[in-house]
Amino acid sequence: MNTWRRLALANFGVATGAFGIAALMAVMQALSRADLHLPARTASLYYMSVTAHGVLMALVFTTFFIMGFGYVVARHALDREVVAPGLAWGSFWVASAGTLAAAAAILSGKASVLYTFYPPLKAHPAFYIGAALLIVGSWGWSAVMLLSYRAWRREQPEAATPLAMHGMLATVIVWLLCSVGVAVEVVVMLIPWSLGLVDRVDPVLARTLFWYFGHPLVYFWLLPAYVAWYAIIPRATGGRLFSDRLGRMVFVLFILLSTPVGFHHQFLDPGIRAGWKYLHSILTFAILWPSLVTAFTVIASLEIAGRMRGGRGLFGWVRTLPWGEPFFTSVILAMLTFTLGGLGGAINASYAMNAMIHNTAWVQGHFHLTVGTAFALTAMGLSYWLLPRITGKALRFEAFAQVQPWLWFGGMMLFSIANHVTGLMGMPRRVYEAGYMGAEAAKAWAPWTAVSATGGVVLFISAMFYVLVVVGTVLWGRKLDAAPAIEFAVALDPPASRTIWDRVGLWTVLAVVLILVAYAVPLYQLLSLERFGAPGMSPF
Amino acid sequence: MKIHIYEKAWMVGSLGVLVAFAAAILGSAVAQGLHPPSHVETIDPTTAGSDPRFSATGVHQTTDGAEVIVLAQVWAFIPAEIRVPAGKKITFRLTSPDLVHGFQVVGTNVNVMVVPGYVSQVTSTFERPGEYLIACNEYCGVGHHMMAGKLIVEAP
Repeated sequence: MNTWRRLALANFGVATGAFGIAALMAVMQALSRADLHLPARTASLYYMSVTAHGVLMALVFTTFFIMGFGYVVARHALDREVVAPGLAWGSFWVASAGTLAAAAAILSGKASVLYTFYPPLKAHPAFYIGAALLIVGSWGWSAVMLLSYRAWRREQPEAATPLAMHGMLATVIVWLLCSVGVAVEVVVMLIPWSLGLVDRVDPVLARTLFWYFGHPLVYFWLLPAYVAWYAIIPRATGGRLFSDRLGRMVFVLFILLSTPVGFHHQFLDPGIRAGWKYLHSILTFAILWPSLVTAFTVIASLEIAGRMRGGRGLFGWVRTLPWGEPFFTSVILAMLTFTLGGLGGAINASYAMNAMIHNTAWVQGHFHLTVGTAFALTAMGLSYWLLPRITGKALRFEAFAQVQPWLWFGGMMLFSIANHVTGLMGMPRRVYEAGYMGAEAAKAWAPWTAVSATGGVVLFISAMFYVLVVVGTVLWGRKLDAAPAIEFAVALDPPASRTIWDRVGLWTVLAVVLILVAYAVPLYQLLSLERFGAPGMSPF
Repeated sequence: MKIHIYEKAWMVGSLGVLVAFAAAILGSAVAQGLHPPSHVETIDPTTAGSDPRFSATGVHQTTDGAEVIVLAQVWAFIPAEIRVPAGKKITFRLTSPDLVHGFQVVGTNVNVMVVPGYVSQVTSTFERPGEYLIACNEYCGVGHHMMAGKLIVEAP
């Protein structure tokens, strides 16, 4: 088996394992929220499971899946071997070791600090060291991606970057720009403090560094999904990409705007002046725009596909799309869900109005539409498309793969709508039990938490179907005569040569300028305060 | 760069919607003073309870309403029960001696992070008399879901 296949499979393997464990944690939480009296149900176990679910889904499943997908794109969009395979493998093992260390700390109950790990909640040092290693591993992957691109660019100085690789480069750049923040937080502040070398940490500084990373993180998840939407789905459905140039522009806008938006997670924090929060609010609206452009381009591409498949009339093309293909249904349902997620996101970003939903159940309702469906369901659909192409084996249990996206969509609607509603009613997120000693307000939440729990059970069934298909295909899939080809979409307007949109170095420099505009002064103001820090505790 | 006319219309239209959102927020911020709580003041969390700013927790009358001093700590609000008059300007001043907490008065627009080392401040007016649940909405350990209080808004 060639290097890229082994690399991709190894990364997908860790991603699938993390996904399976995280899904188990999730179903337990959903039932706990509905206040079902399960045996051995305790608050400690609940908060441990929320931490494990968040870290394994949002940080481990996503990162490993994206790394695996990145290798596939680099190999096939550039049509040359991935460079520095030694570095790629080293990165994989470092990231895996970090994941194991963090997972061991969490599962043994010594790091129930949730995936946001806000100090002064203090976890076992293994948690922070593990997180740092995962990031270092991802930097190694980033280097392999950039080096592969550079090697290709030397051979093709004038060619336009293939759109899929352009999107992957945007993913890598966003990741490198933002992960510096969490690396500083973890390595400079939290590791020395958890080891007892430093007495106190400043929580607002830590939160600022975390959200400097935490919001662009969502674009690190989203952009690979966009690569699939722009560069793979039009081809896989038998159509053309409507506009290559706008796709290129969209990825560039994400490079520019992903990072200077973090304060919209800290609207209600003390210590940061309102004017800076307003600036971040406006920049967050700005970054909604490339997604609105995407909505048009990808739907127009699907219309082309539907018409090329014989669809007629205003909406006849919808019917002729390949509704039996799990990759297509995953992506179309992910897109549909993402429009709802985007609308909710605009509300989250709305400055003072954020107080109505901040840290309520609304928030988990929101990000399960975005990372939990727009990314995750696209990733699951991509797996169905990629696995035969990587392993040369037919999908096993294909009927499960066909049902799975619909179950995910249905379960997520139940789960997410219920959480949006209870959030608007004021139910806090991340609570073991939402009875509040019989408070009147809390009584109205109960029927909705039951709906949310039902959604959670449906999602769990869907998740197990996915794991079954992935494991079944790799272990017991029927060998195909030849692996199907990995082909990317052809645009109606294929670019003749390299343009300004391909100059990612230039856009990265501009992104750094925007980051300085948004963060330099408020960070300076924060550091100039007489800050006392907090010693921290671990009450879990 | 050649762009299809429909797509151009969509791009301009969607940009217009976003500009309208941003303008609405700016308008409400400037005209109505609607800002998220963004007070800048620090305090030593290890001595917060004895700090003169927080030693007298509870409701203090002011000329146009009341100031309420609250300590949020694992896993209680001090005081746990707060009585304020309806229709008056109420300013909450909060800090935490231990972990990050949330102070959310369910069913109102009062929602603020309480961070050790910092003083949070949020002002609101409660028009409807009644009993409101105060919930901690930032995870603070195994008793997080037990951390609650009561705001009683009394008819004038």
